[in-house]
Amino acid sequence: MTENILPRHQFEVSPENSHYSKKIVRSARIKETLIKSYFAAAGTAALIFIILIFIFLFKEGINAFNNIGLSDFIYGTRTMEDGTVKTVYEWYPTSENARYSLLPLLLGTLLTAIPATLISTVLGVAAGIYLSEIAHPKAKEFLKPVLELFAAIPTVVLGFIMLVIGATFFQDLLHPANRLNAFVASVGLTLVIIPVIASLTEDALRSIPMDLRNAAYGLGATKWQTISKVILPAAFSGVSASIILGFGRAIGETMIVLMASGNAANFTMEIFRSARTMTATIAAEMGEVSQGSDHYYALFFIGVVLFVITFFLNLIAEMIISKMRKKNTF
Amino acid sequence: MKELKISVKNLYLKYGEKTALDDISMDITSKQVTAFIGPSGCGKSTFLRVLNRMNDLIDNCSITGEVLIDGIDIYDKNLDVVNLRKRIGMVFQKSNLFPKTIFENIVFGPRLNGVNDKNTLNEIVEKTCRQAAIWDEVKDRLNEPALSLSGGQQQRLCIARALAVEPDILLMDEPASALDPISTAKIEELIHELKKNYTIVIVTHNMQQAARVSDYTAFFYMGKLIEIDKTTRIFTKPSVKQTEDYITGRFG
Repeated sequence: MTENILPRHQFEVSPENSHYSKKIVRSARIKETLIKSYFAAAGTAALIFIILIFIFLFKEGINAFNNIGLSDFIYGTRTMEDGTVKTVYEWYPTSENARYSLLPLLLGTLLTAIPATLISTVLGVAAGIYLSEIAHPKAKEFLKPVLELFAAIPTVVLGFIMLVIGATFFQDLLHPANRLNAFVASVGLTLVIIPVIASLTEDALRSIPMDLRNAAYGLGATKWQTISKVILPAAFSGVSASIILGFGRAIGETMIVLMASGNAANFTMEIFRSARTMTATIAAEMGEVSQGSDHYYALFFIGVVLFVITFFLNLIAEMIISKMRKKNTF
Repeated sequence: MKELKISVKNLYLKYGEKTALDDISMDITSKQVTAFIGPSGCGKSTFLRVLNRMNDLIDNCSITGEVLIDGIDIYDKNLDVVNLRKRIGMVFQKSNLFPKTIFENIVFGPRLNGVNDKNTLNEIVEKTCRQAAIWDEVKDRLNEPALSLSGGQQQRLCIARALAVEPDILLMDEPASALDPISTAKIEELIHELKKNYTIVIVTHNMQQAARVSDYTAFFYMGKLIEIDKTTRIFTKPSVKQTEDYITGRFG
């Protein structure tokens, strides 16, 4: 091609309209700058708020060490009726001889969050695969919004359902040691986590290019072989991210565990006993604690511990995923 | 007289109400290269996908007519599509290697067939890579990610992967359209080599390429097969005016 497609003069500023176009250029430039600084300010503000939350949390949490030692957060001592002194793992912040062991709360959190994540992973990933790979487009059009709506149900409603209906159902079915227990709470948690995992898994699977599916089918793979050997491995990082997010949600969830777990800080590994999580403890006690007391700061310290746990969980998961991605092999 | 490999009779294909292929009949000869040419949207790629039933994956796509491969109707209800696709290798326009190692990409098909013996797999990899003229470039890096190869290498690896299932037909959908001239030349050379053992059907936008690599050329236009004949004849004295117009660049 030797000729220009567009006549040249269209791009040149002729003397009579040069003043006008200069004006346009200037106003466009101002607009660009304004838009840019608006987004920069909004982004920075969000970041600053988050950082301030951390600073506040740590500042209050650190005060817990004014009167409580680090060891007190792990174990306490109790004088028994016969006068002997025993080492105990109890959360009794309002007792005369206050005990601040976080271990029962930590166990409560893990005992509800881990089973909930395991159940939700199995069901949620399967639901995601169904939505992305198997469901008829029309069925999917209906199911995906329903699933997302489910994630939007206030957790207090789910907690109430588990408290009233779920707990009775499992009591009749499994005869647990306590009617309200960690298992009932984790089933309640799955109601919020399954939609999270299913929806994000579906997104991850759908983002795998059609080319890869064609390649697998072209080589004679069946639908299931294509899903299990090509699509799931290719979407590995997205699917793992959905599970990690689900686990984070399980640890952070408050209302369901507060209502359905029995809310007794037992130092136990038994899933059918009442439990109490860290989040539920903060929610239940923060309203009644006297500000500035040891108990008040101890609750903030629980917040710090929660933050540290989720932070490291995310960090480790991120490292695993980026390593897998770098290797690019499954 | 050459042996007949694929025979298509009165094939119609519709996407919903829209007719995409209109009464196609053609015979494809064994161990020869047949090229499909025609303007975009003329149905040549769709027709290629009819031959290994890749259109099954598309909703609201309906097919009538008969497609015989080695005398067997591939649209027979009792036919196992998965087995059919194992007999027919396919190479796509864009290389679509899996995000796995070079080795794992090639052995993907054999593994589906239950081959897991390490020695056998090694043999398959070496054999197919040599066939696809990429062995020297990948032999020292079989465990590296396949996606770290260059575009041309990736496309030849796709060919190696397709050969690993030991097909007797190779379908190629514009295999060189995204490649530079040197890689294109390599692919064309490869096609020449492969036709000794495989029946090759290639869709191409590039008429010079069709003239260079194929023994037979079919010209498609608006969902219809206008003409199929020996390539030398199509490019010198085609019997239909439309073909001549297209080849001489008067339209399309």
